[in-house]
Amino acid sequence: MTDTLNLTLKIWRQSNPTSQGKFESYKLDGVSTHMSFLEMMDVLNEKLIKENKEPIAFDHDCREGICGMCSMYINGRAHGPLAGTTTCQLHMRHFKDGETITIEPWRAKGFPVVKDLVVDRTAFDKIMQAGGFVSVNTGSPAEANSILIPKPVADEAMDGAACIGCGACVAACKNASAMLFVSAKVSQLALLPQGQVERTERVLKMVQTMDDAGFGNCSNTGACEAECPKEISVAHIARLNREYLVASLKGE
Amino acid sequence: MITLDSKIPPGPLAEKWTKYRSTVKLVNPANKRHLEVIVVGSGLAGASAAASLAELGYKVKVFCFQDSPRRAHSIAAQGGINAAKNYQNDGDSTYRLFYDTIKGGDFRSREANVYRLAEVSASIIDQCVAQGVPFAREYGGTLDNRSFGGVQVSRTFYARGQTGQQLLLGAYSALSRQIGKKQVQMYNRHEMLEVVMIDGKARGIIARDLVTGKLERHFGHAVVLATGGYGNVFFLSTNAMGCNVTANWKAYKKGAAFGNPCFTQIHPTCIPVSGDYQSKLTLMSESLRNDGRIWVPMKEKDTRKPIDIPENERDYYLERRYPAFGNLVPRDVASRAAKQACDEGKGVGPSGLAVYLDFRDAIARLGQPVIAARYGNLFEMYEKITGEDPYKTPMRIYPAVHYTMGGLWVDYNLMTTVKGLYATGECNFSDHGANRLGASALMQGLADGYYVIPYTIGDYLSGEIMTKAIPTDHPAFAEAENNVKERIDKLLSIKGNQTVDDFHKKLGKVMWDYCGMARNEEGLMKAKVMVQQIREEFWKDVKIPGTAFEFNTELEKAARVADFLELGELMIDDALNRKESCGGHFREESATDKGEAKRDDNNFAYVAAWEFQGDNQPAKLHKEPLKFEEIHLAERNYE
Repeated sequence: MTDTLNLTLKIWRQSNPTSQGKFESYKLDGVSTHMSFLEMMDVLNEKLIKENKEPIAFDHDCREGICGMCSMYINGRAHGPLAGTTTCQLHMRHFKDGETITIEPWRAKGFPVVKDLVVDRTAFDKIMQAGGFVSVNTGSPAEANSILIPKPVADEAMDGAACIGCGACVAACKNASAMLFVSAKVSQLALLPQGQVERTERVLKMVQTMDDAGFGNCSNTGACEAECPKEISVAHIARLNREYLVASLKGE
Repeated sequence: MITLDSKIPPGPLAEKWTKYRSTVKLVNPANKRHLEVIVVGSGLAGASAAASLAELGYKVKVFCFQDSPRRAHSIAAQGGINAAKNYQNDGDSTYRLFYDTIKGGDFRSREANVYRLAEVSASIIDQCVAQGVPFAREYGGTLDNRSFGGVQVSRTFYARGQTGQQLLLGAYSALSRQIGKKQVQMYNRHEMLEVVMIDGKARGIIARDLVTGKLERHFGHAVVLATGGYGNVFFLSTNAMGCNVTANWKAYKKGAAFGNPCFTQIHPTCIPVSGDYQSKLTLMSESLRNDGRIWVPMKEKDTRKPIDIPENERDYYLERRYPAFGNLVPRDVASRAAKQACDEGKGVGPSGLAVYLDFRDAIARLGQPVIAARYGNLFEMYEKITGEDPYKTPMRIYPAVHYTMGGLWVDYNLMTTVKGLYATGECNFSDHGANRLGASALMQGLADGYYVIPYTIGDYLSGEIMTKAIPTDHPAFAEAENNVKERIDKLLSIKGNQTVDDFHKKLGKVMWDYCGMARNEEGLMKAKVMVQQIREEFWKDVKIPGTAFEFNTELEKAARVADFLELGELMIDDALNRKESCGGHFREESATDKGEAKRDDNNFAYVAAWEFQGDNQPAKLHKEPLKFEEIHLAERNYE
């Protein structure tokens, strides 16, 4: 295996939310296989700036797979070819010399493009604001160990809580559904005793807000789970559906 | 001219906070509705403060530069959060957590603040559990704990290797609830670029909308900064790419003293640098040192594979040098020991700048499934980045810049030397002295936000109930906005030849080489001149594409690096001034015979608080003497 790659990058360029975007191609040679994908993008941007061209806007921050800010659609897959990996943790050793890599933003009605590869994910914040919490003010809550939670339940709640809110599930879904994101939070709080009081209200409000934001329906293709960098299971969607059904029957 | 008044309440240490909290001035609910508070930053300190203040009834505005408040860098903390719960019956107490923190900080923090931190730590866990934070649990359903560096009790609560994420999502959910209730107005993708001062008080900020580039004026009766640390002055650090000093630096230039700027934490367990394209360094949680053993080959430049090096040719140098704490010595001690091993030519890997962190014995003792349950996600992360499997071959690690103990000087109320301007979490200097213990950053961020500022801000705001919201067409807002605009225009007009990253990398290298793990007078003097030169060159030759009125990440970076270029010099000045070694600040001139850090309590038992005196003028040093009434100053010994 060679230590460097010569690549062609086909990248979506769009100057603002209303403009018509298009693909542009860039050659980038001598890319080290030890680089992360975003470091490769840094190198490209440095090159573009030095050539008096406009660098490519992309979201990124922690670069260790947890903040959920990076969001590229690489060769037709959210966060690239590796399962359970964010773009920032994808390394160039997974690409071949001479390869053409296509890079697009998340594409979903709920996530309008801001610029180039940057999208607006405030819809996710809105869903959280509708009910993704336990209504408890800061103060003097009960002693932590007075709430006993069986380890398997705590572990399962943690599986859902691991969601980083990146939106890969939406981008991967042909219907641009946000069900995996919503279900991860609903599931976490439905499993835990702390979430019981608002259980009915929460699921109804979060689903309503999700629908209002323009996300599509779930048709059980499982693409979200396959592309989720935190490998959140579609079992949470099943739980969300149950929660929603029960809550709807109960009414508010 | 500023004066440092720490406002530490009188009385016995253990009673100070309770008494103060019960007597601090209050604002009645009707008045709270008319008082506006700006919170800059949405990490643990910012989100918890904003949510708690909004719950109390204040009108709150929150600003973050990311696309969502949930992305703040607190999210990346892996290992855990300390609290003096004594769930493990191993002798923990508020006093012990207080003592460990003071000692861990090498006796350079304030007793009263640290005691308060230890005191409220237990409530933080209760609060987070009530929010639904899924901490790790035992089979009986109780909360689980683990141990961390620098202490001999198990007081660290955790949620897999994602503790920071879960705590931040807890605070974010509390914040989201208040946004939903319209008690908090949230400004995503906004960066604070100036503090607005009216009649000697902080009365608002100028923020740039990072999408449109528009400058906005926002009024607040008080401004709370929760803007994190400045480790990115080194270019390479474990901080997120966007972490910066800009908000703090603007505050400093408006009269907020900067405390102990040279106190930087170099974390011992990070993935080593692999090339000059490297953009950041990835931390491997300190919790790995619970089961991993750190070693280097005894022979210099040993190129054998680690598994081929027999036991008797390995130097487990931490276990050898510090038998009482072994691999769990505090971070500064572990980092320096790694540097020393590499300086002796025993470093491993292609660069020779790495040591092994080996799980072979733990896997043999506990079995792979147990290790996978404890550290699975960290092992996967390591494999993703390096392409090597740590179950089969030891990890290679090296120290990297991780946290800054220094920050804006604050009094007991967390107010800076500017009236009405507060600093919470990592961006203040207050609790960790010269070295922070593992799992204490999360504790401090949440302590400040949930349990300190909601009370202490009342002391100031109770005097502001007659102050009407000041319209933002006030001349002070116009002037502040104009200053920001001029600076942006100046940056864009340079049109030079070198990119922002070119300068940032140069600055980072100087800081790492001369103001990093080991510092000496000669190197620091040299570095000071170099930083000045880089700064001059930056303002002549930086190249920023695009315009001010668009989404322009290069412009954002440039404005931040411009501030780092000034901060770097202040850090060097502070390191030069402090001629002792303490915690993360190791002056080679001040070492024991065994090469350990040697403090000088007679001359340096003080907080160095620097006051801005004008651009390109030397900052003025103020000293806050540290009085130890409870604790006896002792040599920090981990042998």
